[in-house]
This record gives sequence, structure tokens and C-alpha cells, in this order.
Amino acid sequence: MKVEDVVCPFCGCLCDDLVVEVEGTRVVNVENGCTLANEKFMGDHRLKAPIRRAGNAWEEISYDEAIEETAAILLDADRPLLYGWSGTFGEAQSVGVHLAELLGAVIDNTSTVCHGPSIMAIQEVGHPGCTLGQVKNRADVVVYWAANPIEAHPRHMSRYTTFCDGFFVKSAFRERKVIVVDVRETESSQVADEFVKVNPGGDYAVLSALRAIVRGKRDLIPATVEGVSREQLFRVADLCMSAKFGAIFFGVGLTMAQGKYKNIRNAIELTEELNRHTKFTISPMRGHWNVYGSNEVFTWITGYPYAVDFARGIAFYNPGETTSVDILRRGECDACLVVASDPGAHFPRACAEHLARIPTVQIDPHVNATTHLSRIQIPVAVTGIDAEGTAYRMDGVPIRTRRLFYGNYPDDLDVLEKLYRIIREARG
Amino acid sequence: MAGILIKNAFVIDPISGIKGEVMDIAINKGKIVEEAPPGSEIIDAAGCLTLPGGIDSHSHVCGTKVNFGRYMSPEDMRAGRTARKGVMHVTSGYSVPTTFGNSYRYSTMGYTTILEGAMAPLEARHTHEEFTATPHQDMLANTLFDGNWSIMEAVQEKDTRRAAAVVAWVLAAAKGFAIKLTNPGGTEAWGWGEDVHSVHDPVPKFGVTPAEIISTMIRANELLNLPHSVHLHCNNLGVPGNYQTTLDTIELAPDLNRERQSLYLTHVQFHSYGGSTWRDICSKSEDITRAVNNRPQVVMDMGQIMFGRTTTMTADGPMEFKLYMLHHNKWSNHDVELETGSGIIPVYYGRKSLVNCVMWSIGLELALLTRNPWQCLLSTDSPNGAPFVKYPEIIALLMSRRLRENERRMIDPRTEHFVPLFAIERELDWYEIAVMTRAAQAKALGITRIGKGYLAPGAEADVAIFSIRPDQVDPSVDYQQVMAGFSRTRYTIKRGRIVARDGEVVVEGANSTIWTKAIVPDAYDMSLDPEFRKKFEQYYTVRMSNYPVQDVYLPRGVRIETEAQL
Repeated sequence: MKVEDVVCPFCGCLCDDLVVEVEGTRVVNVENGCTLANEKFMGDHRLKAPIRRAGNAWEEISYDEAIEETAAILLDADRPLLYGWSGTFGEAQSVGVHLAELLGAVIDNTSTVCHGPSIMAIQEVGHPGCTLGQVKNRADVVVYWAANPIEAHPRHMSRYTTFCDGFFVKSAFRERKVIVVDVRETESSQVADEFVKVNPGGDYAVLSALRAIVRGKRDLIPATVEGVSREQLFRVADLCMSAKFGAIFFGVGLTMAQGKYKNIRNAIELTEELNRHTKFTISPMRGHWNVYGSNEVFTWITGYPYAVDFARGIAFYNPGETTSVDILRRGECDACLVVASDPGAHFPRACAEHLARIPTVQIDPHVNATTHLSRIQIPVAVTGIDAEGTAYRMDGVPIRTRRLFYGNYPDDLDVLEKLYRIIREARG
Repeated sequence: MAGILIKNAFVIDPISGIKGEVMDIAINKGKIVEEAPPGSEIIDAAGCLTLPGGIDSHSHVCGTKVNFGRYMSPEDMRAGRTARKGVMHVTSGYSVPTTFGNSYRYSTMGYTTILEGAMAPLEARHTHEEFTATPHQDMLANTLFDGNWSIMEAVQEKDTRRAAAVVAWVLAAAKGFAIKLTNPGGTEAWGWGEDVHSVHDPVPKFGVTPAEIISTMIRANELLNLPHSVHLHCNNLGVPGNYQTTLDTIELAPDLNRERQSLYLTHVQFHSYGGSTWRDICSKSEDITRAVNNRPQVVMDMGQIMFGRTTTMTADGPMEFKLYMLHHNKWSNHDVELETGSGIIPVYYGRKSLVNCVMWSIGLELALLTRNPWQCLLSTDSPNGAPFVKYPEIIALLMSRRLRENERRMIDPRTEHFVPLFAIERELDWYEIAVMTRAAQAKALGITRIGKGYLAPGAEADVAIFSIRPDQVDPSVDYQQVMAGFSRTRYTIKRGRIVARDGEVVVEGANSTIWTKAIVPDAYDMSLDPEFRKKFEQYYTVRMSNYPVQDVYLPRGVRIETEAQL
């Protein structure tokens, strides 16, 4: 059976034009997908049943047993952390937030280690953005800053920017200038009209220089700024100021480099300055397919996009204090539920070690690095393959993923709702 | 579910012609009935003011830009937070509360129905997700068409029927309720960092004018027999001298519908400015209300501002950028491909700002100078003018000249030279307030047909019982009691269930989402139209099959079906 217009649950591009061929409960072919999508749909490393650690081995247990034991762990905890959420759908995330509220837990999503600094910058200065179709139809200048879309978001350029014709840009390849700013050459920099190579950690200064130029203060610019020549800075600024519609996309190379959220703030303020001359937008290249959805769901229920602490009854947010890495590093957390992400692979070592010390339960379809730190793992259906639900694209456009077949796994929502019911009964 | 019998209620139900009578109201199975069934719960209202559930016909509570207002404003989230209590979830936020915050606060003020002022069709799914998490009010969504390419092309071709067909398809796809035009043409121009500056200023690259878009859409709306009229946020919001644009817009409104207005103008306070700069801005409320008083086909809402901190958010992207250039606080913008735009900035309206004092006066003047209360509805364009929790204060200001005089002493003393407010003696009465907060909304939105806004047998049992005793309170003097009384109901009843009591929500809610489907002949089914399909094939970034909001997002959807005359 061929299913058309399938939504890809891999990266924040959320491409929705895949054609997927299904035989029974297996995907046998994917058209239009990138290599990441193919692996996501065709890969077959699923855990077969819930498992529990028994000494140095694993034993299979029933779903009911796994869920009841997870409930007991969370009920027994003083400072539980519910982490992850970016790889599942909104309806499940919503139950997760209510579970955290009920437990007085901390709930956090993967933004904490990717675009958390972008959110902090936005909270200081706002965010002039747009949907990706605005860029596709209008942009004559596109800037990728500290992002490598060809490898991390492989269809970003062909669906939305460099290679994608739009209503007002009939021949994108000819009419659209691409600027790539990075600390090293990448596959993306090779297709750029202008590659700006910045010294590692030098982004803030380069952004400041561009702001000064846009403000008309060219005479302040020294011969080079963090490895970038004055001539090139002028050229880039001129390209941007003469654009009819410019769009900046930035990656974790900017959020996680020296300067962190201040880099993003500076980039947003550059965008704002450019809007005094022409039209410019800026957008983060969100990684997980539904990380932005977790920010949205957290926000409408709690008021905050990530790192929400319910310990005092109200929703409390203070990145640096209520963020997962900090709570784990301080050794504060005494039980952790990981849903739809892999902190074992992405968190600092000290945090991973703490996760291994405390009872950690993972709800995830696959065996991953976090499996090795966990006490229990509950496999679930993969959203977008055998489960469906709402996802938010990197630009905030909500799309409903499709279920391609009914498999044998419960989905995240089924498991979390059961968990919620048990805990609600116990807490009264 | 057993019934409820409300005894000795002081009822004002303008749609049923009840202007203040002590009477009983019987409820059974979610409806108002002649007689309550045996075993009904009895509420002794003891002469307290009892009204149909409140209806807000223009408020920003759910969806992409509202949530972004929360996302970017932890300082606002901190400014209003409550812990989990009973059935009530945690809430955060003052000017942009979380969904449960909105729902509980509205409910404890007696509001049972809310229209979200602006939903971009491409992002409609988001609005509906938040509707589900706003459980104590029935929800409706104004659907944005101001920069819709298919609409502008139909306008170019002077093809009103085609415009109507596009509206029918998009409303059904987005599960929207009504046509919203926000700065028509201006949001498309903002895609290039530009704006339109009068109703005759052409939209870049499309060549059509706001006047043409507005006129076509008013007629398309009537061809589709939609319950509500076109809901318009005029061009030039917030610009000194913009009253002329507003008058030009009012001129465009034909009288096409016997049941209701043909054009709804929203937050008109922001569109009633004289002068040419921020230094000489003055009130033109007299000109605006004169035009409205002469045209029964126009209804407006106030868009009152109240002093204090709030967050402005609108689909009017260029306006928000202009506002940002004044305030230099923080600015968000979100343009939506082929459809519309949006912007957000936080603001502080101060008593020491002459401009803000003039704005504050204008909103009140609009309500006081409009002869027919059915033509001027109470709103703050929440949260743009102020969060909706300020409604009780506005009611008190409209009912008491003494309170207005008290305020006069607190604000910039130059204000009175720029506004007529303090020469107006009129004080609104309970009946007029009941009209302006529920009955007129129900009529203007066209939802009396589904039992909204009145208390006669057959109506939805949405009732607000306040602790105010109209026989003992003189609103002209006892304005503090008026404010306190409207701030929390004794009981809010939603579809026959007591949902809030003395300021607390007591049950988990289960709202409905009301949307419109116009049935069109096959020749006007846009899903079969090659040009329309091309928009999805080539210009949208979402496939046509993934665009419509699935039924699963409206667990209790109420569909109003109409027959189009195409």
C-alpha cells in the first residue's frame, strides 16, 4: 500500500510530501525523503517489549507491570524530573505536563540542550520571524549562520530556500543569494554565494560589526573582525540591506558557542536593525521534528516553553536553575522519566552518571544510549509511522502526522494516560 | 443531569425583551425550559442580577500569536499565577494568561462564549488545540483573509462569487467561524516591509485596494449566508488622523442583511484619532459615532484601553513594527505565507501619557455617544487595550459619571482639551450593560440561532448570576460595588451545569467549538479548482491534503451549515 503526503517525523522541517510504501507492519519504500527520513522509516531497531533491569541483565515484563512500577517510582520521588518530549506528539506532551503538575515535578524538553538560549534571547528582545513559505516565495537573500542544513536538515534548502522557486522568485538558484557563516567549511558553505569564515567564538563580534555597519558606522570597523575582513563585512551588509526580503536561519553552532544566548540576542537585534531598511526575518533551525511542539504545549499550559518546576504548586521557570542539566548536575533529582529523547547520548557525563544512579525510566521505541542508564524501558509506537498526532514545524506551523499502519505497540499517549490515572488515584 | 431552578432572579434578557424582572428560570438538560424537572437543584438568587452568559465577540485567547505572547514574556507569566486547586489546573500570566487561566477567569466573571479575534488558516490547528484547553467557554474563531492571495486574485478579477467560494473552502478547512480582515492588504504589503495607508492605496504586486477587498468580502459573506458579518480591523490602526480612514471604511458598508449588521468594526478606539502627529492627537469619537448612529448596518466594539501593563498582539504586522519604533521594548513578528501576518509587543499605558489618556477617553466616548447600545459592544480587544479582567472597571466607568470625574483628576490634566469625554453626562444602565456584554454580541455574531445570548425556553442554559442587587445599588454612586459585583459571579452556569461559584471553578469543563460550513454548488468547490490547487502545489509549504483541520481537533464541534447563493 502506498501512502501519499506522509509527514516525516525526523527533523524540524517536517516535510509532508513523502510517499511511503507499507507492507503489513513494515515500511518497505520511501520516496521524496532524505537519507535521514529513509533511515527513520525503514530502520528496525525497536525494542520488542517492556524491559526491567535484573542485576546485570534485562527481563521482559508486561506493560501493566512496567507502568505500575514507573508510577511507584514517581510517587516515591521527592524531586522527579520528566524530560524529553521532542520526539512525541502534542497530545502526549500535554498529558506529560499535567502529570508533572500532579507530581510537583520538573518538566523539561530537549530545548534545554539546543535552542534554550534562543528562547532566552527571544524573551529579552522578541522574535521577528515568519513561516517558511514566506521565505520560499519572497526571499532574495538567505543567511545560514552556524548551521549546516545539507547535513542536519537535508531538504531545508530544496523545500524552502536555496533551490526552491517561489511566487515572486521564479528562479531561486539565479535570483537568490545565499550567505553561509560558520567556523569551518561545510557542505552547505560550498553552495553559498558568500562564505564568511568566523573564528570559533567570534560570532558575537561579527554580529556587532554588521549591526554597526547597518547603523551607518562603517568607519568604526577594524580591518578584520574575528577573522572576517572589513571588505567582506561591508559586502555582506550591503547584500542584506539591498535585499527585498532577507531571511536568517541559525543553528546550535550559535546557541551553544561562546556567548550563547547573547549571540542570539545580537542576531535578532541585527534583524531588527535590517527591518529599518528592508524586510528581514530570523528563524532557529529546530532539530527534533516536534521540539517546537513541546515548547508550544508547555507554554499554553504552564506559561513557559521549557524548564518548568511545579515543586511549589505554581509553575516556576528559571533556566540555569530549573533546567534538566542543572538539576541533574546538582544531584538534586531522585527519579527521572525520559520520554521520546536520548539524554544518555546528549547530556554531560556527570548528568548521565546521575541518571544511572537514580531510578530512570525511559518511554521510547528504540534501544539507545539512555537504555543503558535506565531501570525500565517501555517501548511505544513511533509517531508518524504507527501512531499519529500533532507536531509543530520549526516555524510554528502545526501539522498532523499520519499513522501508516496499526502495529502492536501502544503509543506515548496510551502509556502516559495510564500512568496519569494511577498517579492521580494515588494522589487523590 | 438533574435540572436547576433559579428562584427570585432579577433578570435582564434583552433579546427576550426582559428589562429587569424578578422571576424564576428553569433549566433542564442543558437548556432553558418552562418548568424544572422534579428533584432540581434550587438556587435562591434573592433578587440578584441574572443575565445570559457573557459573550466576548473579540478577544485574543488562543493560537499562534497568543501563545507566542506567553512564550516571549516570562515577566507576564510571573505576574499572575495560581496553584493547582480542586479541579483547577495551575495558571500563569496576567495580560496573556495560559489557556486554563483565561478560561477560569472568564468563567468566574460569567463569560460562557468567546470569539478568538484572529486565526491564520494555515495555523488553525494550533488555535483548535488551545480551544480544547480552554474548557469553560464555547469557542469561535475569526478566520483571517486580509492578505489571502486567492481572495486578492478574485478581487482583481472582480469575481465576488469566486471570493465567496474561497471563503467557503477555507472556513470549512480551518473550522473557522467568520471572515476576519485585519488591515486588509496591509499584511500582504508587510511581506515586503511596506503597508497601505488608505482604503484606496493599492497592495504591492496585486494592485487591488483595501476598499475593493472590503466591499467584495462584505458581498461574498452575504452570498454565503454566514451567521456573522465581515469582522474588520480597519487600515491605519493607531495612526494619528486615522479617523478619516475609518469614516471612509464605514462609507463602504451597504445594508444587506435584515437580521444583523453587514459590517462589524472591531476595536474602534484605535481607529478614532484626529490630529496629524503624536503631539496633536485628539478624539474623533463624535465623528465616528455620528457615522455609526446613522448606519444601522454597522456594529462596532470599543477596544477600550485601561491604564497599566499589557501585551499588544494582532495580525497587523506593520502596525506592531510602528509601535515597536515608539516603545523600543521587544518585538515579535510572524508573517504567514499566502495569508496574513502578525506582531506582538508589550506596552504600558500610563496616566501620565497624554496620548494614552486620549485613547482611554475615546473608548468610553464611543460607548457613551453611540445611541443604540446594540451598535457598540464592550471590549478591550483583550489583551491589546487591557486584559479582559478589566471589564468590570469599564462597566463602572460607563455607569458612573462620578467615577469618570475621579479619574479625570488622576490623568494628564491636558486631556480635556483633546477629548469631549468630560462633557458627556450619560450614564449607562443595567439593561444597556447587559446588551453590550452578551445580547448584542449574540445578535452580531448570529448565534442566537443556536440558543446563545438569551434566557427564553429553548435557549442554551448559559447563565451568570451576580451578587449585585439592582434594587439596592445605585451604580452612579456605588461604582465600587459594581466593579466588585461584575468581577465574580455567585454562579456561572454553562450548558445547565454550575461551573463556577464565588470566584472558583468547580467542575472540569467540556466546551464546544462553533464553526461554519457554507454549502456551495460543485462549480464553486475550490478543492476541484486547478488555480486554487496550484497554490498548494507550488506556493504553500504544506500539502493540500495536510492543510484542513481534522475532525479529531473538535471533540464537541458545533457546525452551523448555510446554503450559499452561488
